[in-house]
Amino acid sequence: MAIVKKLVLDVLKPHHPGGLEFAKAIAEQGKDYRVRFTVEGVDEKTETVMVVIEGEDIQFDAIEQAIESMGGSLHSVDEVEVLSAGESD
Amino acid sequence: MLGFKRDFRLLLDISRSHAIARRYFVVNGFDGALTMLGIIMGFYFSEDVGLTVVISACLGAAVALGVSGMSSAYISEAAERKQELRNLESAMVTDLEDSAHGRAARLVPAVIALVNGSAPLLISLLIIAPLAVASVAPAYPFEPLQSAAAVALAIIFLLGVFLGRISETHWLLAGLRTLVIAVATGGIIYLLTP
Repeated sequence: MAIVKKLVLDVLKPHHPGGLEFAKAIAEQGKDYRVRFTVEGVDEKTETVMVVIEGEDIQFDAIEQAIESMGGSLHSVDEVEVLSAGESD
Repeated sequence: MLGFKRDFRLLLDISRSHAIARRYFVVNGFDGALTMLGIIMGFYFSEDVGLTVVISACLGAAVALGVSGMSSAYISEAAERKQELRNLESAMVTDLEDSAHGRAARLVPAVIALVNGSAPLLISLLIIAPLAVASVAPAYPFEPLQSAAAVALAIIFLLGVFLGRISETHWLLAGLRTLVIAVATGGIIYLLTP
């Protein structure tokens, strides 16, 4: 079984909630998630952001759900770092 | 899982409803206080009228203000929020009904309606309170209509002070400004009373 260590996501989100609240909601999906939130482009009602998440065992479904519950839309997974369970130690 | 309080705050933040609710509270609270003051002044300058008649008239107006504030705010806010959600959905090219924005569009009109309706109702009840006390306590030391008018003027002054804090105007100046409006209203009622 593979464990996800890093994800780089391309997300479209409304201006509200702001980046801090958005990143916090994603970080709260795990105990040790480290989230980097970068605005790539701003439109009248939306903004395109790059979200980098690092953690020991990232739960993709929970993150996707958190993004959607904040009104965001996951456009693409641009980068992943996955380890097999045996390599995680 | 977000706690209810935090979730509620998030919904208010997303919909930028803090300022709207505050504005509704002041505007409708002011409406309620000035309406009560008007009724009380009208009775004060008129022929001698029983206290129960004054209380009934004030209570009727207070309830009407509360119901009117609640229903009008809900209808208009619900329509506005629905349109905002549709615009955002069209920009996001996705359905947002299950997101925080969808929940905010459903919850915020109810919250704003509650603020809009309860502000005039509660403020009116505070102004009516001296009349109610005087009607059940014969030893009430003040003239009932005068004391109710004094409470109304005090509340109107405090609403001005509250507005002054928001606009960072001097509290006394802001309070006096709303008080002048109330006193002018009393003057007009005096002039119009046959």
